[in-house]
Parts: sequence; structure tokens; C-alpha cells
Amino acid sequence: MLHLPILRYGKPYRSVDVSTAVHYRTRQPFVEISQANVGLIRRDLLQQHEAAAILQGFTTRELIAMAGKASGYFLNDDLPQSPQEFVESVSATTGLPWVMVRRNMDKIAGVLASMETVLMGLTRLPDLDMLDTGRGEMDGRALSFFPRGDSMGVILPSNSPGVHSLWAPAIALKTPLFLKPGSSEPWTPYRIIQAYVKAGVPAEVFGYYPTSHAGGAEVLRGTGRGMLFGDVAAAKAWGGDPRIEIHGPGYSKIILADDGAASWEKYLDLMVDSVANNSGRSCVNCSSIWTTGDARELAQALAERLAKIKPTSEDDPHAAVAPLANPDVAKRISAMVDSELDGDAVDLCAKVRGSERVAVYEGCTYLLPSVIHVSSKEHSMANREFGYPHVSVVQVEPSDLPHCLGPTLVCTALTNDTKLHQRLLANPHIGRLNLGAISTMKISWDQPHEGNLFDHLYSRRAFQAVPELVG
Amino acid sequence: MSTATQPDLFARVNANKERLDAHVREIVQWHFNPETGCPFWLNWSQEAGWDPRTAVNCYEDLEKFGNFSDDELRGGPVSRWIPKGLAQRPAYVFETGGSTGLPKSRVQMDDFRIDYENFSETLPDESFPKGSDWLMLGPSGPRRLRLAVEHLAQHRGGIAFSVDLDPRWVIKLIKRGQLQEAELYKQHCINQALTILRSHEVKCMFTTPKLLEALCEKINLEKAGIKGVFCGGTEMTPQFHRFAVEELLGPNVYFAPTYGNTLMGLATHRAPEPEDNWAIIYYPPCPRAMLEVVDFDDATKIVGYGETGRVRLTTLTKETFIPRFLERDECEREAPCDQYPWDGVRNVRPFSRFQKSVVEGVY
Repeated sequence: MLHLPILRYGKPYRSVDVSTAVHYRTRQPFVEISQANVGLIRRDLLQQHEAAAILQGFTTRELIAMAGKASGYFLNDDLPQSPQEFVESVSATTGLPWVMVRRNMDKIAGVLASMETVLMGLTRLPDLDMLDTGRGEMDGRALSFFPRGDSMGVILPSNSPGVHSLWAPAIALKTPLFLKPGSSEPWTPYRIIQAYVKAGVPAEVFGYYPTSHAGGAEVLRGTGRGMLFGDVAAAKAWGGDPRIEIHGPGYSKIILADDGAASWEKYLDLMVDSVANNSGRSCVNCSSIWTTGDARELAQALAERLAKIKPTSEDDPHAAVAPLANPDVAKRISAMVDSELDGDAVDLCAKVRGSERVAVYEGCTYLLPSVIHVSSKEHSMANREFGYPHVSVVQVEPSDLPHCLGPTLVCTALTNDTKLHQRLLANPHIGRLNLGAISTMKISWDQPHEGNLFDHLYSRRAFQAVPELVG
Repeated sequence: MSTATQPDLFARVNANKERLDAHVREIVQWHFNPETGCPFWLNWSQEAGWDPRTAVNCYEDLEKFGNFSDDELRGGPVSRWIPKGLAQRPAYVFETGGSTGLPKSRVQMDDFRIDYENFSETLPDESFPKGSDWLMLGPSGPRRLRLAVEHLAQHRGGIAFSVDLDPRWVIKLIKRGQLQEAELYKQHCINQALTILRSHEVKCMFTTPKLLEALCEKINLEKAGIKGVFCGGTEMTPQFHRFAVEELLGPNVYFAPTYGNTLMGLATHRAPEPEDNWAIIYYPPCPRAMLEVVDFDDATKIVGYGETGRVRLTTLTKETFIPRFLERDECEREAPCDQYPWDGVRNVRPFSRFQKSVVEGVY
């Protein structure tokens, strides 16, 4: 059986304690993963300042160049898995069809390849050399930055590899990484590390610690800055710690108002993509659509489109829905959805399809799309997220927007109403605002996403110096 | 590794079984004799309507008692547990950790001394030198461990230094989500230990796994003069075992993992073999206490060697008789070996089927 070791400052360590991730189709153990005990993590973190010092020895430009090389290695090289072996491994333990894994690979490689653009977007600095000197000038004003910690600990999810693009720039920001991979998606962070190392980044700046929840907590507790991907409960547990950037459910949305609501048909492709791309697993997938027009008519049309999505084989280049690695989870999620349906919340997609939401194909269990027409914005199903192609369609009064939306990672607003634009721009609960026909799935990497990694890792200080000291 | 298939070991296993059966008869006679038994068991016998003195002739006959309910050990009066035959002896009352609700109590006179004197025989003198002083970095308060380790040190000719450590406070902090406070309390305990280690010549110590990790973050125990560490109190995984030996202590400090509690006493570890892959294998202090591994769904059925089940404890001393008590732990059943010709337990860990999780803090 394949084995993934712990990486302790880059050095492989095979633990006595192991966990196994099973193949989603056969349910047989597919990979054995070394598990780090809590004390081992604590002990290793005592040396994190040494890793930070190693990265400080590089210039930002050197690290950007290495990220560029890493991009190619990640996409094309044996690390030691071949790209195809990697695709099949991710698919085996997460259920994602190969085409979706490849799409996520492209996304990660894209971020690595365009690291300079990413950093320019995150820092908004005119010259990235300022990250090396710690000071500089912008428009004649002195600027100075300092790292807020020696390292960043990241608790990673298993749902989709694309999220790894969020922490990958930390290396170019001279921040060592201590990663706790998701239990069924250990592959991508491991491969990114291997790609970086092959590109010249010292292995000593990477920690890779598959571990328990307690071990994960130790990673977050013991590192200067942290990033957590998790469910509502996990997000709540760490919500009060300003050192930790929380990536919980996205509750991403599309709103249609006035002219947008009236011409909804032309946005149907955009809505389908926002809901169903990546099998609905991403936090940027749209989970609810809010319209001032006829919600029922829109929901019916969307249901007819999404009902066409059917399970196919893992190597189908047009695969549009992924099986769940654990069939019981699929049944539990579907039961949860059903328990909240009533006369005011109806799954139109199930009606159009004429079959159950839970489907079995070639021995694998799928959650097929649901389009819930919800008649009231107060209904419990109006604003939910389930990790499969699920969307609620809700009719609202123009005056309800945007305060009825609540926390929203991505909001695509389909309207020319400039007053509504202003209200959306002023809304503090929207993380990313798309004005116009832009899929919620489309991410521009020169923009901060769910928090600004640079602001998370660096802080600005006041700075003054006599000219002879700074030249 | 020796196994029960070897003829000489078979003979020793059989001889031990005879010794155990004789011990069972002696203990049952004592506890159910109206002149020497304790009020609890004498009343129990009356209510049950049978006399164990005539019905129990061997260890297996203890099955007739059914499983002992730990609720019987909660609350007072604790004098119900004092055997009449020992009524004139000064008594101590010790409590279990208190991780879950009302703590269980055990009244003792000399058992903790006897158990730890027996345990002392298993410690190598070169790593726990006679006459050396000890550090007891573990729970204080109403726990047996505190006095027992002190007695161990005294028995071996040394003095034990100890710290203030209230594990129940830590558990409260963790349950409230005040993890930072719990961490600070742990550091408070570690600082007490560091003060002792830096100001006295201490060569041996007892501590728990978490406290050992925390202490080794601050000090190199070998350089501090420590030669042997006796560790217990909470779960130890094989990975922790390896980590402790390879990284926390190094090759020159002896690591003695133990499994024990207030009700049993102390199960000692068998010297590790390479093929064990760092598994921790314990043997109970037969015949004073026995450990068995029983089926999760049928506690009367002992599982096969190497199979997993729930730990079942039987305590058999003149001070305490507790037959068939189901512990909050599970493990694999281990075969007898040369050093211990009776059943052992491998890789003890919290019982996975319990819905209510046990909070283990610094202790």
C-alpha cells in the first residue's frame, strides 16, 4: 500500500501510528498515512524560527522564480508520483472525477506561475523588493512591514484541491508552512511541497503533519499565524482567535434585481456554472440565488438544466458530478435536506429528474443536484450550503437587498441598479463582489480571497529614518 | 518473544494458575467471613443469598459475581469498605481522577505500599539507583499516586519531591474551552518541577505523558541528571512510546511506561522487543490484581490472543475485593511470557464505544 510520511522540516518520518484512506469505489484501504503525535508537533514547532531565518535568506524575486518553476513541476513532473498517478490518487480518496482534479491542478499551477501578480495584488506595493528590505516608499510616503509570526499553520480540508492555492503564496512571502492535510486529501499539499523543493525552496521550511484534531489544534496554537478550513463548528471554535484566518462555509450567492431579474434567461449558463462547477464542493459555489423577479420560473428553468447532470465514470472528460467517498455521508446530507423541505421549500430538480437525490452508479454513491424553490427568505432552506450542487432560489423585495443575504463569500450581482451597487459595496458581509455577469467560481488571483494573505502574515509599522541611514 | 506455546512456559502458566486460584480462595474467605469481611460484601452476600466462601474455588468462579458496578464505589460512607479484620489499622481514602462525575473511592491501609514495593522490583537499579531522590510530577490531592510514588522513593532509600497539581481544575478549564488557561496551568506545574530539578540532585522521576513532553520542551532530562522515568496516568500510544524513547529522553534515560489506577495498582511493562513495533505491553500484578480482555458485547467472553476487547479488572487483596470491573479502556489481549506467566494487555487506550468522551488534561 502507498504510504505518506510526516515531513518534519522536510525530512520524511514514518510514524508508528497510521491512518488509512479508502478508495471511494472499492472501500478498500488505498493509502496509509503516518500520524503525528501531539508532542512531536509541539517539539518540532520549537524550531520554527530557524525555518523562518532560512526563507529570509532569499529575495522575494528568487522565491517568485522558484514558485514559477514549481508550477511546472507540480503540473508535469514525477514528484515522485506522476501527474496521472496524482490525479488518480486524489480521485480515489475524494471521489472527484479526473477532469475536476486536473482543473484544480491547473488552478494551483496558475497561482504558482503567476506569483508576482498574486503578490502585487495582495500587497498593492509598487515594488516587491520592499518585502526584502522591510521598508520603502509609496507616493513619497515611508512604508515598513514586519512579519507577524515565524510561520503559518494550516488546517486543510478534503473537499477539493483548489483551496490549496490560498496558502501556496506564503512561501513567496517568506513564511514557513506547517500543514495538517485533510484525512482523505493528503495528496495535494504533499505534491505542492515536493514541487517547491524541486524548484529550489529548502525542504526545511515545510512541515507536513497528518494528525488528529488535537494535533491540528497544536499546529494552530503553536504557529504565529494560522489558517483553518473547516465546517461551522470548527470555524466557531477558533473564531475568537485573531491569529487564525477562518475559511468556513462560503454561502456564496447570485442576486438578480430589476433588469437582471427581468432577463434572467441570459444568465442561466452562468448560474449553472456557479452552482455545479467542481461538483458544488467549493466555498465559491453558489448556494442560493436571490431574485426580485419570478423565483419559481427561474428555479424551474435551472432545475431542468441541472437535472441533466448524471453520474459518469471517473475518467469521463465531461464528468460533472463527483461521488461521495463515504456513502453514509451522502445519505445523511440528503436526509438533512429532506427534513427541511415542506410546502414552502420544494426540490424542483428532483421533480424534473423523477428520481431520488441519492443515486448509485457503478457501485458509487452520488448526490445529484437539487434546486429548492423557497417561498420565503425566512425559511431555513433559504441560505444553506451542503457541498454538492445544491441551490435555493428565493424571491425577495428590492428593499430586502442586500441585508437579507447574511455572510457571503462571493456575491455576483446581476443588475444595473447603481443604488443597489452602492449598497452592496458598503455591505461588510460580502467577501468578494462581482458586479455583472461573472461566475462566482471565477477567481482573480490579483485580488485578496477570503482575507488577504499578506495582511494576515505581515503588519505595517510606522517608520522614520534620517536620510544618511537609509540612503 | 516467548509465547504460551512453549512447554516450559506452559508449566509456569499452570503453576501460576494454581497460585492464583489459591489466592482467590484465601481472599474470598477473608472478605466474606463475618469476623474479617467488610460491611459492603457481607451485606451483599446476605442480599444475594449465597455464600462465596463455599461457591468460589477458583478464579473462574468469580464469574458468579457478575460485573461489578463502579457506582458502588462512589459516595459514602467509605467505612463500608473497611474489612473488620483490618479495622484497627490507620486508613487512607484515595479517589480516582474525577474525569467523569463523582469520583470513585478506595480505602487502603498498606496496599499502595505493597503494590509499589512489588513494582520496585521491576525497576533496573542502574536507571533508578537505590538511595536516589525522586521528582513526583503528577497529581497531588486525594490520589493514591502521590503517596505511592513517595513510598516508592522511600522504599528505594530516597526522598520524593512533589508539586501542587490539581487535574480536576485542568479538566474544568478544558471543558470550558479555556485552553490558554489550561496551558498556563501546565506551565505552572512545569515551573515547579524545573525549580526542583535545578536545586536538588534528583535522578528518578514519575510523570504523565503530557507533562513529560512539556518538561522536555524546557530541559534536557539527561543533562539534568535524570536516569530513569516512570511514566503513567493516562493513555500512551506506541508512537508516544517511540517518541519518548527516541526524542524526549534519548538512549541513556530509562523509560518505564505503566498502566494503573487507584483500583488496580500498577501493571508493569514488558521490556520492548523490536517486533513489538513500540507496542506497550503491560502485565498486571498477579495475583493481587488481574486484567482480562473481554468481548465488547459479551463481557463474560474472553477474547483470543491478539484480539481486541474491553479491559476487565479484578482486584484481590485483603484490603480490597473488586471482581469483574469493566474499565473505560480497550486493548489487545497479550499472551503470557517468561517474565509474567499470565495474561497481559497490549496498547491500552480509551474505550472507543463510549459516547461521552473523557477529558484528559495535563494529568
